[in-house]
This record gives sequence, C-alpha cells and structure tokens, in this order.
Amino acid sequence: MKNNKLTIAISGLNNVDSPGPGIPVIRGIRESKLFESRIIGLAYENLEPGPYMHEFVDKTYKVPYPSEGVEQVMERIEYIHELESVDVIIPNFDSEIYAFIRLADRLNRMGIRTFLPTLKQFEERHKSNLPQFGKTHGVKVPQSVAVTSFEEIEDLKRDEKIGFPLMVKGKFYDAYKAQNLEQAFIYFNRISARWGLPVVIQEFIKGTEVNVVALGDGNGQTIGAVPMRKQYITDKGKAWGGITLDEPSMLDFARHLISSTKWRGGIELELIRTPDNELYMIEINPRLPAWVYLAVAAGQNLPEAMVLLATGNDVLPFTDYEIGKMFIRYSFDMICDLSEFEKLSTLGEL
Amino acid sequence: MKLKKNLAISETGFVFDPSTGDSYTLNTTGLEIIQMLREGKNPEIITRKMTKTYDVDANTFERYYYDFIGMLKQMQLVAPDEE
Repeated sequence: MKNNKLTIAISGLNNVDSPGPGIPVIRGIRESKLFESRIIGLAYENLEPGPYMHEFVDKTYKVPYPSEGVEQVMERIEYIHELESVDVIIPNFDSEIYAFIRLADRLNRMGIRTFLPTLKQFEERHKSNLPQFGKTHGVKVPQSVAVTSFEEIEDLKRDEKIGFPLMVKGKFYDAYKAQNLEQAFIYFNRISARWGLPVVIQEFIKGTEVNVVALGDGNGQTIGAVPMRKQYITDKGKAWGGITLDEPSMLDFARHLISSTKWRGGIELELIRTPDNELYMIEINPRLPAWVYLAVAAGQNLPEAMVLLATGNDVLPFTDYEIGKMFIRYSFDMICDLSEFEKLSTLGEL
Repeated sequence: MKLKKNLAISETGFVFDPSTGDSYTLNTTGLEIIQMLREGKNPEIITRKMTKTYDVDANTFERYYYDFIGMLKQMQLVAPDEE
C-alpha cells in the first residue's frame, strides 16, 4: 500500500427507503485494515441522512446535479479538492457516472483517482442496448426497445414484436410490469414525467430475480463477486432483506461478462433465473449497489478493493465468501440539531 | 431418492437451500425422515423405522410419506436427476 491515509469523496448518501450505495460503500472502506480514510460526503439534498452520520462521513459538501452540467460539477470538485486534497472519488449514482467518466482524465491530472467503466462499457450496457449487448457478449437478455412515444408501444404490440405482460422502465430508475396497453400508457407517462425519455419497453421474463455484485479490474479479471437473492422487497422494488447464495452458474455468468467486456469498476447484475434454470440478464448497474455491505460481511470487501485498484495497487482476486449470510435493513430516527441542517442548507458544507 | 447435495439441515429442523436462498422449518417427524433420506435409506426401511417408533400403520404412513416426498420435489429440494 503506497499511502496509508486516504481522503475519499463519496456520493449516494441518501440512506432512505430506496437507498443510495454511499453509506454501505463507506462502511466497507472504514473497515479497511490496509489504509485509514477521511470520508468526504458529496450531497445533493439537505435532507440526505449521510451528511449527519458523522461516524461515517467526516465532512460533507453539497454538489450540483450532473444535469446542471459537467463544468458545474468540475468547478465544485476543484473547490473541494483545494480544501481537502481528495485522493479518490467514488460516484455511486447511475445518473452521475457518465459525468465522472467524462471528468476522469481531468480529475486524474489533479491527482484524484477514480475507478470507473470506460464510456464504451457504460454506453453499451444501457437498458435500450441490451439485445445488442447480449449478442456481443453471448448472454441471454430480454427483448428491449427504447421508445419516445406511447404510439411506439402500440406499434410493438400490433407488429407482435413484444407481448403482454411487459416491463416499462425508466432510463436510469423505476420499472413497472404492465398487463395491457392501458397500464403501459399509465406507466409510460409516469416514468417519462419523472426520468425523461426514452422509456424502455422490455419483454417480461418469468422467474426469480437474483443479483450479483462484482468488481472488475479493467483487464478482464473479476476481483470479487457475490450472488444474492432478495428475501424481502419493498413497494419500490428494493431489497429490504437478502441472502448470499451458493450458485456457481451466477458466478460463472458474472466472470464471463467481466472477462468479455473487460469491465472496470463496480457492477451489479440483475438476473432472472427461469424455472428451467436459465439466467437472463435484465439490467447492468455500472456501480456497486446499496446492498454491497452484504458482500463485505460475507468476506469480500469490494469497496476497499476498489479504492486499492484506484490508487494503483495490485489486488488479488477474492476466492471465497460466506454462503447464507443475510442482511436485513432497518429504519432509524436519527436526531439532528437544527444548526447542522442550517449549515448544510446555507453554506453547502457540514 | 436423493436430496440436493448442498442442502443445509440443522438439528432444530431448519433447512436452508443455498442455491435459492429459500429456508424451511420441519417438525420432528419431518426432520427424522429427511435425516434418513440423507443417509440413503430406502422407503421400506424408513417405513419400518417410523411405524415402529410411532403409532401409525404402514399404509397410512406411506400415504403421508409420498405426500412429503412430493412436497420436497415441488420445492426443488431433491437432486436434479431424481426429480
């Protein structure tokens, strides 16, 4: 280890009922025995819980949404870097990964390391590109089409390119199962109003949803991978409880995909296992997921490994994890002083 | 009939299938039968043992036994080549 005290800036601090991965990533990093860390929180909203969780976040700065422009984000990072000398940035939202991929070279020149997928890797795994992605990398995927109007869904139905039920998905978040055109119309409007266009129409694959969290080194090697099944799912479709699985086929799937794409960084594979035991990939999230701490607890500290890779260290692949390790999320009323809320709201720092 | 190889069965009757993440709870007689299945005992031996231990005749037990086996198959707890 070249530097045993690292300043790490981390986003995704919205530890709410649909949580960002920030706090779980920080928990992993805090448990590292290879380096100490000063954690800089990057917050978008004043009421994200992370900034007030001082055992995890040492200092927080508000940052502009990536939709406001890459330059605005860069300007803020430069300001933070001047004060904090940031060593590593870990963006944790799908919606900000693109901006940070574009900024990666400039950040690197400033001495700030990232460990992100390449633009090509990021783009080709978009939900709307899944059919081509499946062909290129030899994995089963559901038929997916990006649409910009409801009429296109009617056309898909009429031309028998996709049948009901089908999934209506936002480009970044949200997914609903539609049983008929009327429901598809409602979900199309709901998602496009919230997340913009295009909306992705995806074939519905019947089976059990299973997930893999993994880390690729960028050269085709899988540093770690842990499969999980959600045991309790919230009304937002998020895992409230989950358990690690002994499922070699899921690990083979993840290793094959990381090898074929030469994936760099954290990744979450959302898979459906059909009753015939076939695995379909329904989504790739280009980051570590909010349940990543389960992998840490099962013996694979992927956030720590990601920091080590970002700072140029060699990391040996994990070979094992504990099977049957569970997580159960809980909510907790954290009591905060108004003065802290005031500080973050007015000064943009806490 | 063989049970799935990686099935974890505790002495309290808790059964965990690590390939699906599903778990089940057995009563004491269910646990006894599962343990005998795991030891590779055939239905005749299991029936003899159970009718000797409990107040049940062979015909009645067999009916319950094959119901139980059907449930194990439905829950995919038996080895794939045995389904």
